[in-house]
Amino acid sequence: MPLTINGTERTFDGDPRTTLLDYLRRDCNLTGTKKGCDHGQCGACTVLINGQRINSCLTLAVMHDGDAITTIEGLGDPQNMHPLQAAFVRHDGYQCGYCTPGQICSAKAMLDEAALGWPSFVTPDITGEVRLTRDEIAERMSGNLCRCGAYSNIVDAIVEIMEAQR
Amino acid sequence: MTRLLTMDAPDERNRLDAMAQGVIGKPLDRPDGPAKTTGTAKYAAEYNIPGCVEGVLVTAAISKGRVASIDDSSVMSMPGVIAVIADERMTARSAQGGAGKSPVRQIDRVEYWGQPVALVVAESFEQARDAAKHLRIEYQADEDAIVDQHDADAPVEPYGDPVVQGDLGHVMKQAAFAVDVTYTTECHNSAPMEPHASIAEWDGDKLTVHTSLQMIKYNVKEMADALGLSTEKVRLLSPYVGGGFGSKLGVSVEGAAAAVAAIKLKRPVRVVLLRQQVFQCVMRRSETTQRLRLAADKDGRLIGFGHEAKVSNLPDEDFAEPVTQASEFLYPGKNRTLRVDLARIHLVTAGSVRAPGEAVGMQCLESAMDELANQIGIDPVELRLRNIPERHPSKDIPYSSRKLAECLRDGAKRFGWSADRKPAQLRDGEWWIGTGMATACRVHNLNEAQARVTLRADGTAEVASDMTDIGTGTYAVLSQIAGEMLGLDIKDVSVKLGDSNFPPGAGSGGSWGAPSTGSAVFVACEAIRAELAKRLGCTETELTLRDGFATAGNRRVALTDVLSGDHFEEVGHFKAGKITDAFSAAMYGAFFAEVGVNAYTGEVRVRRFQGTFGFGRPLNAKTATSQCMGGMVWGIGSALTEDLVFDKRNGHIVNPDLAEYHLPVNLDVPKLDVVLLDERDPAASPLQAKGVGELGICGAAGAICNAIYHASGVRVRSYPITPDKVLAELPEP
Repeated sequence: MPLTINGTERTFDGDPRTTLLDYLRRDCNLTGTKKGCDHGQCGACTVLINGQRINSCLTLAVMHDGDAITTIEGLGDPQNMHPLQAAFVRHDGYQCGYCTPGQICSAKAMLDEAALGWPSFVTPDITGEVRLTRDEIAERMSGNLCRCGAYSNIVDAIVEIMEAQR
Repeated sequence: MTRLLTMDAPDERNRLDAMAQGVIGKPLDRPDGPAKTTGTAKYAAEYNIPGCVEGVLVTAAISKGRVASIDDSSVMSMPGVIAVIADERMTARSAQGGAGKSPVRQIDRVEYWGQPVALVVAESFEQARDAAKHLRIEYQADEDAIVDQHDADAPVEPYGDPVVQGDLGHVMKQAAFAVDVTYTTECHNSAPMEPHASIAEWDGDKLTVHTSLQMIKYNVKEMADALGLSTEKVRLLSPYVGGGFGSKLGVSVEGAAAAVAAIKLKRPVRVVLLRQQVFQCVMRRSETTQRLRLAADKDGRLIGFGHEAKVSNLPDEDFAEPVTQASEFLYPGKNRTLRVDLARIHLVTAGSVRAPGEAVGMQCLESAMDELANQIGIDPVELRLRNIPERHPSKDIPYSSRKLAECLRDGAKRFGWSADRKPAQLRDGEWWIGTGMATACRVHNLNEAQARVTLRADGTAEVASDMTDIGTGTYAVLSQIAGEMLGLDIKDVSVKLGDSNFPPGAGSGGSWGAPSTGSAVFVACEAIRAELAKRLGCTETELTLRDGFATAGNRRVALTDVLSGDHFEEVGHFKAGKITDAFSAAMYGAFFAEVGVNAYTGEVRVRRFQGTFGFGRPLNAKTATSQCMGGMVWGIGSALTEDLVFDKRNGHIVNPDLAEYHLPVNLDVPKLDVVLLDERDPAASPLQAKGVGELGICGAAGAICNAIYHASGVRVRSYPITPDKVLAELPEP
């Protein structure tokens, strides 16, 4: 079964019980995607499927025939960081680093969702224009837990990139 | 060469401020940042080792009793299953912090619900997990398991030596003002984002384990003892640790299990705890019941002070949550009673969770102080300012540098604190709005540490220690200390951590990592500076090192020329000597919070949260600020949501996952405002620095509790302050 990961074509032919997360970490050796809970409760395993964010522990690899998957390794590397990765470093939007790849993948998709006008729980008028306030960002990032408590800095990092994109 | 510094007296030299590089304390980005944000930093479970097989632990479904039989045949025919292992070398509990010996083994004796009883190993994770679920185990359950500290049959013993001075009962009756209240807190789980994980490899003689632990020098001993190996045969590697918060102080249950399997099967074995198992069989912070008695004279000065707590742990565990740790020295009161009682019950091991003692002790003490201020009718900030003792109230020793008053005053000003404390006055739509404050206090600890510093011939340096970075910023601060001392840009200082082949550092725990291991780096750098000075014919104090150049008198020489092809390697060895008994040393601060309390639902939202902290010299203002913020987020969790619920009938955990055990999420946390005071504490360490990994939690929840009272007039004395508890007492909306 073909699928594309970070632009590279791959074939999945493993155990059908394999989650996308375990496929990435074990079979593709893409360990940047983290396993925090394996139950869709923490967001550490967030990756992008055709541009949209998903908890990769809650989906099986076999369900992604022909999909294009982007992991944290597909966004940038230490010598050539994605602007969000660099902003997380500048704002100290991480401590232990374990939730960080998921936070960054989530942030990228979240900015795209807002640009498409998707409302959130804290959007005052769900039919109106979406303006990404701090509260909007915090709400939309609330599926990504950070036990170190870097939330305030994570929002700062995302705000910087959002303003740079305007 | 090894140079030893034993700190017996304050180090007034303040050598770091005499250096010229200008990197110490600066808010520099972490050197490990790019690896962490790009996913290239490798954590314990992420090493791709050929032939590695997967183990999944099976945990007990009873609270107390015996494993009567394990039916291997129930799973051995399943695809990929290699072995079912229940071996006497496997550990049944986590080791306590600093144990240095194996925790309880005897996995066939069940002492708590969720205790590991077997390991299933298979070729793949999917196969192992499936087989673990199908493994048939017969138990012989004891009927006498006590799982509730309030059970009248639970054995209770005093823990440590109580402090009893004067007659507290008498002054409580005589005092102009007196508060006698009981607060409770529930069990917490550290819940690091990275579950505990180990990959063990056995080469027939030596064991190597990629693992996720905080204090490698102790962990090597714990692992070796469990397995019956000498410590020379055990190598542990933890260069990146995905959060610890105390839960990785000692070896956890997956480590010895992976090692035993690797030895038996002669193949590398990976064992990662399932998230549920992190809750079930690692560590809990004990629930606490705390009676606070505060007696004040007519001016609001404490004349009596009582803090008595009851906590719990398994039988035979040495640890009890040291609830009254800061109460021993924070406030005065000649008539004092402080004690901790320990109930012996059959719940998962109670151990260190971020800031053991103060995390839950301070939040209750600071709420009681708020109640006292309200009774007296004075500003709670003023009450604290009037109660800063001159000397330690029991030991009669001086305090080291203590910026508590500055934190209180500066924080209040920055926050816009109002001394008008009448509750339930301000509404914003359906929200009652109020403010609250609390003191922050955490005792200063030091631990013996060694670190090796090499100044290479090319003018770059390497720092190596088995010290860990659990998100605390160790990579950053050690590079800054070495960079400052040796006159190097931190890009030219590489830091290698978390390998038991390196000299033993302090480990990450008790906020001592940076001041202790940092001091070892400092000592090694002093020795290297002395060697350089010798070559330049000057004294070490006459030597200036900056940007890779050495200046002595009017000579300025490139470091590489001074080294002329040689390198210097020194091991710094730091020990806290008599200094620890000569001063009462602690980190201090003040919290100010604004909350909204929903008038209809009792929901609490933290709207603003300010913390001002003094903890000696900040070694990196950016990472130190982040540590404080992290603590404040823990304070929000402790105040409002975190509650590990045990079934009182059988001791099983009702909410062992991240959906039901509620950590604060991003929207629960407002933009945090943290201010670090620029302070030097010569009695704390040669760096004049103390630790900051725990200070931000110590009292934080109290500020929120007090703000809830100010907002709504509801005083909840049972943490976490969930909507049901608030709603029951709310005034008509």
